[in-house]
Amino acid sequence: MIVVEDLHKSFGNVEILKGISTVFDKGKTNLIIGQSGSGKTVFLKSLLGLHTPDQGKIIYDGKVYSELNDDEKRNLRQEMGMVFQGSALFDSMNVEENVMFPLKMFTDKEYDEMKERVDFVLKRVNLKNAHTKYPAELSGGMQKRVAIARAIVNNPKYLFCDEPNSGLDPKTAILIDNLIQEITKEYNITTVINTHDMNSVMEIGEKIIFLKDGHKEWEGTNNEIFKTNNEAVTNFVYSSDLFKKVRQMYIEERD
Amino acid sequence: MKTLILKEIDDLIYGSLGIIVFISFFVGGVVAIQTALNIDNPLIPKYLVGFATRQSVILEFAPTFTSIIMAGKVGSYITSSIGTMRVTEQIDALEVMGINALNYLVFPKIIALMLYPFIIAIAMYLGIFGGWVAAVFGNYSTSAEFVQGIQVDFKDFHVIYAFTKTIIFAFILATIPAFYGFYMKGGALEVGKASTTSFVWTSVVIIIVNYIITQMMLG
Ligand SMILES: Nc1ncnc2c1ncn2[C@@H]1O[C@H](COP(=O)(O)OP(=O)(O)OP(=O)(O)O)[C@@H](O)[C@H]1O
Ligand SMILES: [Mg+2]
Repeated sequence: MIVVEDLHKSFGNVEILKGISTVFDKGKTNLIIGQSGSGKTVFLKSLLGLHTPDQGKIIYDGKVYSELNDDEKRNLRQEMGMVFQGSALFDSMNVEENVMFPLKMFTDKEYDEMKERVDFVLKRVNLKNAHTKYPAELSGGMQKRVAIARAIVNNPKYLFCDEPNSGLDPKTAILIDNLIQEITKEYNITTVINTHDMNSVMEIGEKIIFLKDGHKEWEGTNNEIFKTNNEAVTNFVYSSDLFKKVRQMYIEERD
Repeated sequence: MKTLILKEIDDLIYGSLGIIVFISFFVGGVVAIQTALNIDNPLIPKYLVGFATRQSVILEFAPTFTSIIMAGKVGSYITSSIGTMRVTEQIDALEVMGINALNYLVFPKIIALMLYPFIIAIAMYLGIFGGWVAAVFGNYSTSAEFVQGIQVDFKDFHVIYAFTKTIIFAFILATIPAFYGFYMKGGALEVGKASTTSFVWTSVVIIIVNYIITQMMLG
């Protein structure tokens, strides 16, 4: 579980995050949605410690991040996995080396044992014959899957994904979403996902936080989001015709 | 870490041998020819061609000139490879894993470049050899005169001076370009700009440091 209390972050004199508080539960896929530029990536990177918050607390299962010393921070980070917006695979390493990297750095397992684990997670993300390929030789969807494999290989307690399915076709996007959700349940991970994809919201939005201009504008589940009367949320959700129709159906069902 | 260092040695040192061999041989030749052409007074001994070639190659051409070339080759490679890692969030990925990315990326390069003096030694050897080839085959001096020139008034301290510079240049070549790559912001276009800026500053620092060391050690 991750508790966020009154998180503030500015760059120069522009305040990007203006006091965000929320709770991300274990074993759930927690979604952060909002328009481009609303601060989703900055928020996620602040959770990870890549940005230092100006004010506020982030508490990982009782551990207050800002109160940890460098060693404790490093240890905590080894329990985190992150899937970056652009995958961020190491392009000088092939798929197997990419996925094995966290194991090499942080465990003293023998090669065979690491290899077994790598094979296992690559199979888990449905990538079997790509071990010796380099990132440049993979499609966007495959890169995302390798990135997920790398993020989960060392059994993280916390998984962060920045738009894991942006730029993918709808079918692959749903596969990736489902994969993340399954892994979250299977290993009881606290997962936080940035997205502006409404399909993801419907599929895996167990808890949703809607950010607007650095504020938490709304919070709820995927069932609630289609019924809310919050104008900012409905403007965002029903910007596409498809979802306008979905809302119509919900309302008819309700009446 | 060991494999990383070996990879850097392969990229930075081994990968630069070709151009260094090529440049030093011909630069040495040019130095010999120009010295010979400037000696028109019959009272000046012919062995001066060898002597001048040795002095200029060991003191300046091999350590300094080569390092400026390397600022272009190795330096822009370091900036663009680290810069690309920055803009594609690979550095963030390292940091998230709890790895000290600066250390992880720069340390192996510094270690690899500690082999840089070997390159410079090769450059010295080939520069003088190039001078000998040009002098002998261009009929500017005889082989014996040239070899006499190489040996005349040889000061060990000049070699110490040259290699002291070299080690410091190696350190500059590893760190300044890495700094520009690591702390860059933006996208692919900025990677290109960062490489250019890094080349300019690496060269400027090398030239200034060269001046200071020369003043301190020889002045
Ligand atoms: N390192 C930084 N320095 C200065 N400003 C930044 C930095 N990172 C982000 N910002 C600014 O913070 C704001 C929020 O950016 P952020 O990347 O969090 O948006 P986002 O919600 O993730 O958008 P998208 O959906 O397009 O990814 C933007 O106005 C951006 O310009
Ligand atoms: Mg973003």
